[in-house]
Amino acid sequence: MEPGLYHLLFISAALFFIGVFGFFTRRNLITMLMSVELVLNSVNLNFIAFNKYLWPNKMDGLFFSIFVIAIAAAEAAVAIAIIINLYRSHQSIDVERTEQLKF
Amino acid sequence: MKNPYYIIMNDLLHITILQVLPAGKSLGWALLLIPLLPLAGFLLLGIFGRKHIGNASGIIGTTLLLLSTALSLYTAYSYFFDFGKVDGVYQKLVPLKYTWLQFSPGVSIDMGIILDPISVMMLVVVTFISLMVHIYSLGYMKGEERFPTYYAFLGLFTFSMLGLVMSSNIFQLYIFWELVGVSSFLLIGYYYDKPSAVAACKKAFIVTRFADLGFLIGILTLSFYAGTLDFGELIQRLTTTAAPEFQAITAASFMGVSALTWALVLVFIGGAGKSAMFPLHIWLPDAMEGPTPVSALIHAATMVVAGVFLVARLFPVFSMSAAALEVVTYVGITSALFAAVIACTQTDIKRVLAYSTMSQIGFMMFALGVSGNGGEQGLGFTASMFHLFTHAMFKALLFLGAGSVIHFIHSNEMKDMGGLRKYLPITHITFLIACLAISGVPPFAGFFSKEEILLAAYQQNVVIYYIALITSGLTSFYMFRLYFRIFWNRGAIVHGVHHGEGGFVMMMPLVLLAVGAALAGFIHFGNFVSSDGKPLESVFHLQFSIAPVLLGLAGIAAASWLYRKQSNKSESIGKSLNGFYTAAYHKFYIDEFYLFVTKKIIFNLIGRPAAWFDKNVVNGMINLTGDSTLGLSEKIKGFQSGKVQQYGIYFLAGVIGLAVLFIYIWIPL
Repeated sequence: MEPGLYHLLFISAALFFIGVFGFFTRRNLITMLMSVELVLNSVNLNFIAFNKYLWPNKMDGLFFSIFVIAIAAAEAAVAIAIIINLYRSHQSIDVERTEQLKF
Repeated sequence: MKNPYYIIMNDLLHITILQVLPAGKSLGWALLLIPLLPLAGFLLLGIFGRKHIGNASGIIGTTLLLLSTALSLYTAYSYFFDFGKVDGVYQKLVPLKYTWLQFSPGVSIDMGIILDPISVMMLVVVTFISLMVHIYSLGYMKGEERFPTYYAFLGLFTFSMLGLVMSSNIFQLYIFWELVGVSSFLLIGYYYDKPSAVAACKKAFIVTRFADLGFLIGILTLSFYAGTLDFGELIQRLTTTAAPEFQAITAASFMGVSALTWALVLVFIGGAGKSAMFPLHIWLPDAMEGPTPVSALIHAATMVVAGVFLVARLFPVFSMSAAALEVVTYVGITSALFAAVIACTQTDIKRVLAYSTMSQIGFMMFALGVSGNGGEQGLGFTASMFHLFTHAMFKALLFLGAGSVIHFIHSNEMKDMGGLRKYLPITHITFLIACLAISGVPPFAGFFSKEEILLAAYQQNVVIYYIALITSGLTSFYMFRLYFRIFWNRGAIVHGVHHGEGGFVMMMPLVLLAVGAALAGFIHFGNFVSSDGKPLESVFHLQFSIAPVLLGLAGIAAASWLYRKQSNKSESIGKSLNGFYTAAYHKFYIDEFYLFVTKKIIFNLIGRPAAWFDKNVVNGMINLTGDSTLGLSEKIKGFQSGKVQQYGIYFLAGVIGLAVLFIYIWIPL
């Protein structure tokens, strides 16, 4: 069977919720970052699927996914810098132990 | 031809020239300088005195005032003998007027100078007495720590008082009226490290300020009906029976009394407060906490007669309301008798003099009250002004003499004195002259003015006359009680004397004032000051004077019998009058009555409920707002938990919420 738009959208949605679930349940900041990457990639998959099946003559979806990848890379750099700093001050990257910034 | 000074001033200040003085009379600057020199002294000594000028302050202040006195004497001379009289009538001149605040085309507050017999007479009195006090203080206040400040305050007072007497506008007068009040406050509280002085200055300020509320309402009422604040126009409109303003103010009535009477009585309340008339007199005896020369200047000779001056200034209007004049009469005669009785029992020499001042001002007041306006009827007016003039001399002298005694003995109490005539010969003689003058013994000044007052009272109202006669007998009794207790009584036992009588600067004013107190009565005052400007021929009745003079001598004899030698006669008399004596000694419990009214009635009935309302209702509302905000924030602050993942959930929930909102509610397809 040829994979159609719905298959791709299903995979994308599954990926999105796996990412969200990972973001809310993991305590390790690196894992949380990886979950965010999953969410971003599910969005990329959406863009490409819609581009391929609805407007095959256009390239907008591809461009957008390339943008998202670039921004995700930049975001990862920033996030890892934050994580390193956090590790230096707390000797840990567990989010349960970084609760000082509250009321 | 216009005087060049006026032209310059007109260009610079836009001063309206109402009546140009005759050509060649370069009084313009002189008139302005009379009050401005003391003001300059105040600014100079007030700003630089303590740091840069120091002990030279006294000389500077005195010199400035000497110039001011010379100018006012020159003004008085030229007014009375040169240009003031036109066709045998002294004119009301307004040589300078500067419109300061214009409210409407008719109503404005002006800064002007008025020249008429009473203001010129007051100019002389104020500057002369002030000069004497300035000179005297050079000796009396020597070595005080705040010496320059003292002279600065004296300058402020003199400026305000001169401004007050020269005011051409009733509101201008009110402004200066408050200024003399504040300088009196500052000078009573001069020894501000003494709690009693602090209490006294607050009391003086609050009582007079309370009275000034009446004055302000009176001014507003008068100007509302007259449509002007200018004295000349106000008097003119409210004394012409055909004028619409006069008819309006007499037609309007409140509680059965015409608006004119109300307004005048309210104005008189202000005057009574300043002049320490019963029942607003309570501040004057306490005001004796100030330095003694200040008492001589402010609380005897000048400021306290401002109330008399005010009534005299508005006298043509007062004479249109018989009821208002009656109030003036009865308040005056009550104060005169009441204060004389209290003065007989006091032991603090300055307090005796304070009550005596109040009694003499009562004389001036009721003299105005029994007077008519114009012609022979105006005898009371002339008598009142005459008594003001002579009283300023002998009362300032009495206070300065008392100051000399206090300076010598370091006490105000009679029991510390006695037999001082050997130690203080000049003070003794001058004090005796002043006592004779105030007792109305001929030929001293008080005799002439008091005779005129009694004659005016006799012609108008015999009851007033008899009360006044008794009061004048009491006057000579308590004055000679004071004299004998200070200078005779017991042998000369003085402890701890380390200096003699004050030096030249303290004796010279005493001698000059004694000359004034002895000779001022020979001035034919009626020629200069009268209610309508025309000379008043005062007729001197020899047989009329017999009763007052005999009563005065009887008072002296009684005082001599009781107090000349040390004895217990006075105590036994005091004991036989038991209740009455105690009541008089405690000033008839007026202070206690006021304290009862303010503390018990006003504080408990108005103050406490108001405080309760403030604490519980007003404050409660504010607290409620604060508490509810605090409670709410206590409940919701948990949202900001510091947990990254919780924030993520909020974010997700928000996004889902917005999605639902956009897709299903906001844009229903």
